[in-house]
Amino acid sequence: MAERVEPDQSAIRLQMQGVCKRFGATIALEDVSIKVASGQVLALVGENGAGKSTLMKVCSGAIKADTGQMHLDSKPYQPINPLEARRAGVAMIYQELSLTPHLSVQENIMLGMEPATLGVVHWKKVRQQAIEAIKEFDNPELTPDARVSNLSVGSQQLVEIARALAIGCRVLVLDEPTSSLTQQDVERLFEIIGRLKQQGKAIVYISHFIEEVKRIADKVTVLRDGKVVGESDVDAISIDEIVALMVGRQVEELYPRSEREAGEVILEIDDLAGPQKPVSASLKLRRGEVLGIAGLVGAGRTELLRSLFGLEPVKRGRIRLGVYTGPASPVRRWMQGAGLLSEDRKEEGLALSLSVADNVTLSKLQGFGPFGLVLPGKQDKATQRWLERLDIRCLGPRQSVSSLSGGNQQKVALARLLQHDVDVLLLDEPTRGIDVAAKALVYKLINALASGSPDEGHQPKAVLMVSSYLPELMGVCDRVAVMCRGRLGPTHPIDEVNEHNLMLEATGQEINA
Amino acid sequence: MSDELRTPKRRLNWRSWLNTLGPVLALIAVYGIFVMIAPPSFATTRNMEMIARQTTIVGVAALGMTIVIISGGIDLSVGSIVALSTVVIAWLLQNAGVNPLIAAVGGVAAAAFFGLISGMLITRLRVVPFIVTLGMMLVVRGAAKGIGREQKIDVDPERLKWLEELLATVPKERSWMLLPPGVWMLIILAIATAALLRYTRLGRHTFAIGSNEETARLCGVAVDRVKVLVFTMCGAFAGLAGVMQFSRLTVGDPTVAVGLELNVIAAVVIGGGSLSGGEGSILGTLVGALLMTTIASGCTQMGLPNWVQEIITGAIIVVAVAVDRLRHRRSL
Repeated sequence: MAERVEPDQSAIRLQMQGVCKRFGATIALEDVSIKVASGQVLALVGENGAGKSTLMKVCSGAIKADTGQMHLDSKPYQPINPLEARRAGVAMIYQELSLTPHLSVQENIMLGMEPATLGVVHWKKVRQQAIEAIKEFDNPELTPDARVSNLSVGSQQLVEIARALAIGCRVLVLDEPTSSLTQQDVERLFEIIGRLKQQGKAIVYISHFIEEVKRIADKVTVLRDGKVVGESDVDAISIDEIVALMVGRQVEELYPRSEREAGEVILEIDDLAGPQKPVSASLKLRRGEVLGIAGLVGAGRTELLRSLFGLEPVKRGRIRLGVYTGPASPVRRWMQGAGLLSEDRKEEGLALSLSVADNVTLSKLQGFGPFGLVLPGKQDKATQRWLERLDIRCLGPRQSVSSLSGGNQQKVALARLLQHDVDVLLLDEPTRGIDVAAKALVYKLINALASGSPDEGHQPKAVLMVSSYLPELMGVCDRVAVMCRGRLGPTHPIDEVNEHNLMLEATGQEINA
Repeated sequence: MSDELRTPKRRLNWRSWLNTLGPVLALIAVYGIFVMIAPPSFATTRNMEMIARQTTIVGVAALGMTIVIISGGIDLSVGSIVALSTVVIAWLLQNAGVNPLIAAVGGVAAAAFFGLISGMLITRLRVVPFIVTLGMMLVVRGAAKGIGREQKIDVDPERLKWLEELLATVPKERSWMLLPPGVWMLIILAIATAALLRYTRLGRHTFAIGSNEETARLCGVAVDRVKVLVFTMCGAFAGLAGVMQFSRLTVGDPTVAVGLELNVIAAVVIGGGSLSGGEGSILGTLVGALLMTTIASGCTQMGLPNWVQEIITGAIIVVAVAVDRLRHRRSL
């Protein structure tokens, strides 16, 4: 398995030809063809809803194409379910990890294929094979007996990859693997992808992050509206060209920046500490500015926002929000004019089974009817405005949020803060897992909020934004501070820093192996 | 990746209609079948009235249960609370000699009090509703037996007045009422509760908590307060069901309504309530309750033994929920 395979035409490992798939009236895939050679990384890019995931579901046997052929190592390949695809050597690693959190690492890796006689599992063999699969990764956290729920997200993902390796996969499909990883974990993952490549695996890599694609892929295929709109060697295409292909038009500027004028200090915290994190955080946020907080996942950035917003207890320190001082509950914070956008829109940010209108208006069910009644018609009317302004694509205010795409869900979550008309926006990873067009809109919106939208005569707002994606912090913020192990560093004006030294500060000036 | 523009608008409306009307159609179908196969006595207005009367006790309790289930909780103490309420009413009438209205209010207040205790325990101790109300089921039953000294409390007939007429067949001279007062009460309460769920902040917050408690908290919903209120209301509704129960039996019986909570929960889930919260409707719940009574009544009229009824009802519960899940999977 370890021999090096040159990626030439003869070594095409996976080929999909003329794949079509319709869902009802919508064409999800139209005559899509891709091929990956062994030892090659093919990046599949496109906006949400472009058909990337559908295509890979066809490939991994989760859904059946209407027409089209697939070949695996030049043999016809027609999986009827994911299990068969796995047996044939095609493994898919989904964006949402599919692990059983209560079981150990080794049990997860060998799940469903435990060696056994008469139903009695050979634990020794399980352990052996699991160790075999994880030793590649050289990660101290990954031991066969560790409980998966205790692992970091990055390590959990490695468990999934180990599971794919344990069955001897030939094609590995990674769907948005880095969206919830820290920079360190991303590096580690790339290293592993490089190694798998050398072993002759064919890798399909789905991502929103074009920079990543440029770094690790050999070829790139761009999908839009279910069609292939571009194919190229990665070296022969620029990031701008890829983005233009994805959105079907030129994006003028991803990070617009209007004149902003920093006003009075509206949020001030001094030596804030929670039970564990943050350890110590001080900052001043002014009206009309965007302050970014960089750092690794787990540094305590989310906890900082949550304790500011009363979702986690404050142990010591001073908080002043406008004229109010001291910690307060979420109920109070909303009343005081602050709103939090959660990093986890599925678990916390949105009530998925409720309608768009209910989600947008949930924080302030007032003014929708006489005697404190909440009349759905009025809720819908208020929501309609945001549907238009934020270009939220849905059937109407009454559609349930669960059926929207990630980008549109995030816009709904943001619309809540706008509907509430808060002065201080606490945004936790506002662009996580959404496509480029939606990101561009979020950046535009943040800019408009911070600079005060002249068309409606709004006052400039203050934005405190946590992000793990440095390019966006560099693009959007006026100042940035770095959090490391629960401590918030000093704020730097954005033109005095670069990604490199932010990263150094985030890792505590020492790059761990 | 699901495409949000996949389903055209018309179909969405059609589907949401089907969601509300599904249980209603099922009820009409079941009724129709019995009209065809059961003896003619089944289809009489008299029998319809009887079905309505028999639905009232479960129906009233199910209003409260619907709210609790929408909020993502469950209340197993409902049967015991019904019994407690009858005992308190009987005790107040017989031993304290108060008038029937005060006695009824007393019964409901005692019931609401125990609902409040459940709600407080759930939110303060952070114990799941299933366990807390399982405990309360025994506590309340015990309290009822204690008040009644382990016996029924009989009430002198002259003290009852209107209290015994709530579920009695409407007498000739008041035929303009069409239905007994208890049934009217159920209808009015149902409308009020449906409006509460749909048009008030409390109602919308209840849905939000059931759908995603974390989101509700993030959005500044006073989660604990809403939960306490929800359980208090459920207790009060169970107390009202107790008033109906008392009206039917005219004694305070601490051993009555054992296992009633399961019928009540069944009514809610047949009507589309989801035990994981965020879903449920008052109309659905009432239909669920009616469906169960209709089956019971139909089977009785056909002379089928009790055990057949129980098997049919059990099967209906599972089938109804399975159909509901199936429909959900499609609409996602």
